[in-house]
Amino acid sequence: MSVLPAVSARRRRADALARGLLALGAAVAMLPLVLVLYYLVKKGAGALSVSFFTSDPTGAFLGDPGGVRSAVLGTIEIVALATLIAVPLGVGVALYLTEYGRASLFGKAVRYFVDVMTGVPSIVFGLFIYITLVLSGFGGGFAGWKGSVALALLMLPVVTRSAEVVLLLVPGSLREAALALGAPRWRVVARVVLPTALPGLVTGALLAVARAAGETAPLLFTSAVVSGTSYDLGQRMNSLPIQIFNDITQPSDRLVERAWGAALTLVLMILLLTVVARLVARRSRLT
Amino acid sequence: MTFENAGETASGTAHTPCPRAPRLERGENEGAAATTVPRPRTAARRVSIRDLHAWYGDRHAVKGLTLELEPNRATAIIGPSGCGKSTLVRCINRMHEEVPGARAEGEVVLDGVNLYDERVDVVAVRRLVGMVFQKPNPFPTMSIFDNVAAGLRLTGAKGADLHERVERSLRAAGLWDEVKDRLKSPGVSLSGGQQQRLCIARTLAVEPEVILMDEPASALDPISTLRIEELVEELKERYTIVIVTHNMQQAARVADATAFMLDGELVEVGPTEKMFTNPDDERTEQYVTGKFG
Repeated sequence: MSVLPAVSARRRRADALARGLLALGAAVAMLPLVLVLYYLVKKGAGALSVSFFTSDPTGAFLGDPGGVRSAVLGTIEIVALATLIAVPLGVGVALYLTEYGRASLFGKAVRYFVDVMTGVPSIVFGLFIYITLVLSGFGGGFAGWKGSVALALLMLPVVTRSAEVVLLLVPGSLREAALALGAPRWRVVARVVLPTALPGLVTGALLAVARAAGETAPLLFTSAVVSGTSYDLGQRMNSLPIQIFNDITQPSDRLVERAWGAALTLVLMILLLTVVARLVARRSRLT
Repeated sequence: MTFENAGETASGTAHTPCPRAPRLERGENEGAAATTVPRPRTAARRVSIRDLHAWYGDRHAVKGLTLELEPNRATAIIGPSGCGKSTLVRCINRMHEEVPGARAEGEVVLDGVNLYDERVDVVAVRRLVGMVFQKPNPFPTMSIFDNVAAGLRLTGAKGADLHERVERSLRAAGLWDEVKDRLKSPGVSLSGGQQQRLCIARTLAVEPEVILMDEPASALDPISTLRIEELVEELKERYTIVIVTHNMQQAARVADATAFMLDGELVEVGPTEKMFTNPDDERTEQYVTGKFG
């Protein structure tokens, strides 16, 4: 035998077995995802048409049920407002945690509660807003902006955590370089730390948006369901998840078909956001 | 070379009288750099370190060190790893306290003002005492031009002479001819040695009085190292320079005075030539001849 013996038959078998098991696990994990996409396209693609996107639900039980324009626009409006609330707040909290209160007791407490918040079920945020803002009649009953607040609460820990990770990736040497030039700390943050972390912050925010856009529970008790298109966040507002939730339980084939179409639309919207997030992340200089 | 105060400690030495109001007090910070009239730079400032202590948590890294840094001279700080060289220079521009749990006590006197006086604005200190780090650290989101201008913009300076000051700083750092045609390309597209000279230009643009260099060439190739050393030679005509180095040949080449540190204490300071040929302390001799460290 030479100094380099051949791989033993036992090791060869063990290797093949382990590889096979891992590949099988990967395939099993992928299966539901593929099936979900398959059914979405199979059942939903037929519903898609120009009028599907340009008409509101008619509310008619028989005859033409109408499209999902109000739901698509409602989702965009509600999620946009939620993003405007959650992203600045979340990035601000992350900046505090990384730049100012990294080792402080308060900072540690905040970090802990942000982690806890990540695990709170979305329906709890919905109920919380329902009790505090809807039942109390603050600014009327159901309203789009109340849904936005519920979604913002849901997004906040996601944005904060991802922003904190990205800000920690900014090398300390850059902060030191800027501080050593005689820059006040706020300018170091505004002109060095934030621009360096920007692509990562955008990616994290977009993923939080994608998550929030598909949530049903927080909207169920807050923005309610209506047919017509509304641009007033102070009114009841339709949204895709709620539209799907309502339609799928109706004993009408056309309404169920509209639910599948709406689901496909929602998935495509989120897919688009995720692709944008990936493209932005690719531009990141922090890898 | 004359070095009148060789080996003398600061306790009895009067510092240079201050011909101009120090730019250190609070309330003067925003835009101060903008109003500073460019002046002919010949006389640099003296720095007197008096009984300086520095800690990292419980670890006593600098133990009551007293040292004079002569104006228009390059002072090298040598010593084995972990002896407190870097900590010492980071105390001169008060960057030491940026490390969580770190603190310093004692006096660092520049222009008659103790930088550790509680009335002194730490941001102003860092404008007067510039720093070049071991690893080149240009800002990755900024172009070559913006990197040099960053010092001015970050300190709130505005003005029409931005271009002129960037060019002047890049020329002083010996980088202008290499980058003048691509000022808009990213600062990180330069080679390591060029990046370090870019960082030096960035430091010069703020017009400090003192420049601290913490092993500025240790991450560079020999040719780039040579360029940095030549630069130190030119810069000391206008600045007071402190250079931390592991490389004793480098200290011998660039420094007028050399200070040898061991375990947080100053063993000996004197003219570089004397330190390397005939030091007073036995430990210095052992270190410079390579018997330990």
